[in-house]
Amino acid sequence: MSLVLVGTSHRLSPVEVRERVALDLEGSAALARRMAGGGEAVCLSTCNRTELYLVDADPDAAEARASGVLLGDEVELYRMTDEAAALHLFRVAAGLDSLVPGEGEILGQVRDAYEAGAHGPVLDRLFREALRVGKKVRTETAINESPASVSSAAAALAQQVFGDLAGCRVLLVGAGEVSELAARALTARGATISAVTSRTEANARRLAEAFDARAVPFDRLGEELERADVVVSSTASPEPVLSRDEVPDRKGRPLFVIDLAVPRDVDPAVARLDDCYLYDIDDLQAVVRESLSGRRREAERAEAIVEREAERFRDWQASLQVVPAIASLRARAESIRSGELAKAEGRLEGLSESERRTVESLTTQIVNKLLHVPIVRLKQAAATEGTGYVEVARDLFGLPDDDAGQSRKPRK
Amino acid sequence: MAELLFWPAFLAYGEAAFAYAGDARRPGSMGRLATWGVRIGWLVQTALLVAQAAGANGFPWDTWAGSLNLFVWLVVGAYLIWGCKPRFRLLGLVVMPLAALLLAVSYVAGGVGGSGRSGYSTLFLVAHVGLVLAGFAGLTLAAALAALYLWQERELKRRSSTVLRFRAPSLVTLESLFGRTVAYSLPVLTLGMAVGFARLRHDSQLDPLIVLTVLTWAVYGGFLLLRFGAGWHGRRAAYTTLAGFALVVAMQLSLHMGHFA
Repeated sequence: MSLVLVGTSHRLSPVEVRERVALDLEGSAALARRMAGGGEAVCLSTCNRTELYLVDADPDAAEARASGVLLGDEVELYRMTDEAAALHLFRVAAGLDSLVPGEGEILGQVRDAYEAGAHGPVLDRLFREALRVGKKVRTETAINESPASVSSAAAALAQQVFGDLAGCRVLLVGAGEVSELAARALTARGATISAVTSRTEANARRLAEAFDARAVPFDRLGEELERADVVVSSTASPEPVLSRDEVPDRKGRPLFVIDLAVPRDVDPAVARLDDCYLYDIDDLQAVVRESLSGRRREAERAEAIVEREAERFRDWQASLQVVPAIASLRARAESIRSGELAKAEGRLEGLSESERRTVESLTTQIVNKLLHVPIVRLKQAAATEGTGYVEVARDLFGLPDDDAGQSRKPRK
Repeated sequence: MAELLFWPAFLAYGEAAFAYAGDARRPGSMGRLATWGVRIGWLVQTALLVAQAAGANGFPWDTWAGSLNLFVWLVVGAYLIWGCKPRFRLLGLVVMPLAALLLAVSYVAGGVGGSGRSGYSTLFLVAHVGLVLAGFAGLTLAAALAALYLWQERELKRRSSTVLRFRAPSLVTLESLFGRTVAYSLPVLTLGMAVGFARLRHDSQLDPLIVLTVLTWAVYGGFLLLRFGAGWHGRRAAYTTLAGFALVVAMQLSLHMGHFA
């Protein structure tokens, strides 16, 4: 049986093409069931890709069916089989095929697709391995640890100052979209938006309601600063709204100030105050650039992990190819053994029950020992050299060829 | 036997130091190698100390070199409490080179062999030397945490774009940890000093080591007083911790000779 992958992704197709073959989870599940037809099929459809994984004895026919469903005449598709297909899925699960290397959302999407799919032994193993590899890559490398956007960089830096952000009070100065994005990143990591202030009070109230915070008049900024641990400032003011003199003595309590405005809202001299840490938009963008280059460096290590795991999957898949031959070999040996024992029945009549069991056991052991090395060699050879040895074994031992269709060499 | 165990312990600590350096450049598997180096090295050094104790006639670490050996074991042991967590690997970069170096110095000076003979009882030496060295080990760890705090604080102040690369503990965590480590270590040191003073012989004189120990105690005592009384936190507190540690280093490296003779 061959593993076949047909699909398209952001690397091949723009969004206006991808949206034509995109499916929600229910649609993916229905398509998988339809494509499996009693066999195995999983459909992975996200905003960046739609892919069909099939297991079929005839890979060309499977490819053709999948291409038809995915509008192969109109949409540019990639087609892969066996080890290449496994490697691709492992890369996808590890986030190596994502726009932002190592992003975490894809792992959940792979899991959902797997659970909704029609899987049997091959796709079950493939997807479970992919999920394991995805986790392994994220554990053994730092690919997903650094922020990929300005707002997540601001939140990560706040964590670098305070550790756990639970209980951290955030003051939003300015109630625009930028403040909201930063606030969402901070609350996602446990911080609490305590107050929102803006020159336009209605905007402050709207944002405060969204985060269950207080809206405070702009002229009370100084009072709120005393209570805040993190300040996010993003107003459209042409002049700084926060000067060095307005920041109260922190008495050893850190204050992290995120200035997302252009022109800047916060006097740069604030950075020189004890216990105050000020990051403006350029600083945050530099952190994001460094972080993305760090992700790319980590991606090289992740690729090595993924390749090793794909090789292991290939070995497992190759071992499947020799299973029928090994079963035939064992059956043939056992039939010879039991046949010879039956022939000798007349000469064994005088044996006691215990002696008979000894003869049974002895002959079984002889057969097993004779077969052990050939079976091990067959498995090893299947992993490294395809199934040529299987053909030789069939020939040498005169095994039936009824499962020849399953002993094809894996396509690369 | 004890001397034979020195080499694997030293090599494991050395491996950990190099692996921590590698991990700082590129976090990942080197960090785990370092952690195992620390664990294995500490277990081997424990065996070394047990072998020394079994073969000694009395307290085996009553010499300067011997006490250095015990001191290294205590420092690494204290580091192991939380040092193996990935976020604290940078701390290993400070602690393990120091541990490997001091263990080598101890070996060269004969600290992993037999003991000298002291006129003091074994029980007294166990209590006095053990507690004082445990206190110093805690203060050494506090200094390493303070150094890490200052480095991290500087990176954040400089707005370095690589500040997130090293996966260090947060500023607040480090600040709280070095303060707490001093707060736990000083009572241990105080107890060890009290045992020493209780058995100070009538004919003994205050040697420079005793004076310096009292001075160190005063620095850290002042640190705790200011921290809990006047809210001393942050950079000033970190610098005070390091100043106190300079006295610990001075004691460990130069003034121990002849203290128990």
